Amino acid sequence: MPKVKVDGVEIEVPQGATVLQACELAGKEIPRFCYHERLSIAGNCRMCLVEVKPGPPKPQASCALPAAENQEIFTNTPMVKHAREGIMEFLLINHPLDCPICDQGGECDLQDQSIAYGRGHSRFDENKRAVTEKYMGPIVKTVMTRCIQCTRCIRFAEEVAGVEEIGAIYRGENMQITSYLEEAVSSELSGNVVDLCPVGALTSKPYAFEARPWELRKTLTIDVMDAVGTNIRLDSRGRQVLRAVPRVNDDVNEEWASDKTRHAVDGLVRKRLDRPYVRRDGKLHAVTWDEAFAAIAAVEHGGSVAAVAGDLVDCETMFAAKALLKGLGSSLLEGRQTGMDYDTSSLAAVNFNTTIAGTEEADAILLVGTNLRWEAPLVNTRIRKAIKKGAKVFAIGPETELTYKVEWLGADLSVLGNLPERVTEAFGKAAKPMVIVGGAALKGAHGAALGLVETLGLVKDGWNGFNVVHMAASRMGGLMLGYAQPAGISALYDAKLTFFLGADECDHARFTGFKVYVGHHGDRGAHHADVILPGASYAEKSGTFVNLEGRVQRGERAVFPPGDAREDWTIFRALSERLGQTLPFDTIDELRAAMALDCPELATLGLKTFAWSAPALGTVAEGVLEGYPIKDFYLTNAICRASPTMQRCSAELVHGESFAEAAE
Amino acid sequence: MADAPIIPDEAEVRARWGAFQWNDDSKAKRDAILSRYPAGREQSASIPLLDLAQRQVGAETQTQGWLPVPVIEFVAREIGVPYMRVYEVATFYTMFNLAPVGRFHVQVCGTTPCMLRGSDDVLAACKNKGLIKGKTTPDGLFTLTEVECMGNCSSAPMVQINDDNYEDLDYDRTIAILETLANGGAPKPGTQEPGRHTVEPKGGPTSLTAMVTENHDYRDEWNVAAQGADA
Repeated sequence: MPKVKVDGVEIEVPQGATVLQACELAGKEIPRFCYHERLSIAGNCRMCLVEVKPGPPKPQASCALPAAENQEIFTNTPMVKHAREGIMEFLLINHPLDCPICDQGGECDLQDQSIAYGRGHSRFDENKRAVTEKYMGPIVKTVMTRCIQCTRCIRFAEEVAGVEEIGAIYRGENMQITSYLEEAVSSELSGNVVDLCPVGALTSKPYAFEARPWELRKTLTIDVMDAVGTNIRLDSRGRQVLRAVPRVNDDVNEEWASDKTRHAVDGLVRKRLDRPYVRRDGKLHAVTWDEAFAAIAAVEHGGSVAAVAGDLVDCETMFAAKALLKGLGSSLLEGRQTGMDYDTSSLAAVNFNTTIAGTEEADAILLVGTNLRWEAPLVNTRIRKAIKKGAKVFAIGPETELTYKVEWLGADLSVLGNLPERVTEAFGKAAKPMVIVGGAALKGAHGAALGLVETLGLVKDGWNGFNVVHMAASRMGGLMLGYAQPAGISALYDAKLTFFLGADECDHARFTGFKVYVGHHGDRGAHHADVILPGASYAEKSGTFVNLEGRVQRGERAVFPPGDAREDWTIFRALSERLGQTLPFDTIDELRAAMALDCPELATLGLKTFAWSAPALGTVAEGVLEGYPIKDFYLTNAICRASPTMQRCSAELVHGESFAEAAE
Repeated sequence: MADAPIIPDEAEVRARWGAFQWNDDSKAKRDAILSRYPAGREQSASIPLLDLAQRQVGAETQTQGWLPVPVIEFVAREIGVPYMRVYEVATFYTMFNLAPVGRFHVQVCGTTPCMLRGSDDVLAACKNKGLIKGKTTPDGLFTLTEVECMGNCSSAPMVQINDDNYEDLDYDRTIAILETLANGGAPKPGTQEPGRHTVEPKGGPTSLTAMVTENHDYRDEWNVAAQGADA
């Protein structure tokens, strides 16, 4: 723990800290462009210069200088001020003065730092260099003349995304950042380079020229595109969400978000259900709420009522539906739309027990039937980190590109009962072994994977290495609220009255009774419905979500639902009155109180740990995995399917259509 | 202006070079190159292997050689690194040609010492022989490039043609070299000044004179001088 003096104040810094980090600990702001906490150190922008004693009598780049015992650091001397002014002047030599037409304006590091540390004028009279635009795909728009070559995007692509397709070609004045041969960057995390770019060189293509940052209302909420529960901020203007950006949460998403999280929001204003509909003579007719409720009240269900939870719904909606069904004398609840029927008697056996952040510490990992890159991209980045620390990764399933080196053990699940020696050897030596079971294997190999807990020693003191990856934001919350039948969704097919809570992925034709769709998008579920009740999307309600590791998180409402649409729980509250089973809550707080009584884990936010117990299941796994559940990363739910950006990503990145623009 | 890279990547280039493989000669050299680096550090072989590939392309096309994109990708696969990393290297170094060149790649140095010693005459000679900067002559023989310092300042001006340097040039000597090359001859590499061997001073050496004819050990004399200084 070296002791250093920063501007005369003595502080103790952790071993291995850099001078820049020491200054930050001392509360001094150090300007920087290339340095980023989560990327390797490049040291090429020189903006973080400080004066260090002992050392050469010249300013030093603090980001790349280790803090040493008895160092004296100065951040406010004339030398430092002069150095920063000089660097800023150099950086601005080739930077265009196009801030008024630049999307980064208002949230630009270069703008802010040139005001804070710059000289205010330039002595450069020559022509500025200009650089041609580069094509980087459907998400990232480039204006390369603005690039200051900090190389953050290159380091992100290489270190975090694991897709080495961005690089710097040529040299000196001609150095240019580009994707390989200007092809689209094939990463599902490419949108993060937009946030990383300290200037306006890489900006968001779908959001281009939409808004200025100071016009936007910022709402903190939780993403529902996958089960990771990415912490996001929705930026909205008026009634429209214009963009989603990640928030920092080291336990969940660090500060990244997948492209789907970021760019599905333009689906929120398309294909929306904004008024109730009732099907008459095979056709849907727009009606009033009253008529829609009357149509439901007319159904003679005799207690045979079911509810199917969709992938995007919050716990409040599921609880309101559950309470209504209870009043009607039924508990036919199910959320696993695709017919999964894994055992849910122990939540720990279907939870991501290691936790997302804990994944980094694992030293031997076995992936069973999971394409993590698509099922949980931000868990995949954690595995990359674990590998960097020396973890060994094996995988069972059809071979796919996971962005890191994997030893494939074939697609036959029976290998679980007879693991090759190199696997058992690696796990035998491992202090923190980890097995991750994906949706593809949950059906046939849940028991066999649980059997590995014993044979590979996955559960020990302070470590639980058994993990299941879910893909739906509502899944863990749904399981906690009892949205699971032993026989799976087939138990619901014969219900006389079925509520679909934004459920679009199930086989609606198999349901024989009266179908009520409560949801926000006119997708598959709405097409089959007898009555449509327009609900709110995740951006339009305050909702509680439980992510795949059992972390209870709550989001706020960013905008109001369109037209006659209402928040889902209020729909059930109103309907319950009409059905004569008035629900006992009138506000969202009352609902949450009732929900906390029903499921105490949902009463408070934060990570819930489930006591380890494994159900007794057959440990024989058979069958060959044909593929993974997600066929198209960009089109997994109703919001994505309504989003033009996601459609474009799917066409270009999954189906290989060419959209590259001709060079000008 | 940092222009969009003009790097040929059309269907024809892919068709012509997509199946690039080492020939027997290169294969031996590749093994020798790779053996220099420890396992897991194959990326270090990027530059020598790119050079080897460029030479093989040159041998196949009767030119100085260049690096078509499929060949760069071949080298990347050879050492198991992403295409982008090798592509960055190939674009960084000017000795790698990213577009086809002629049989002789004439690289005229135009940096200050050469310019003061008459590199304009060298360029004029090239121009009068039909060479145009950045282009290949119609007969496919010469490609002219103006480059920065090649480190031959004491025998300026100079030109590098493929692997050889030609120094102490003027208009006539440049013409003579280009004509010899065009006629299939091999001009003498190095200085073109009669009586000069390497880069010794004009009018004979002024220092280390005892070394001109044979090796001479100066150390004793230095020690005497040093003792004198001490006293």
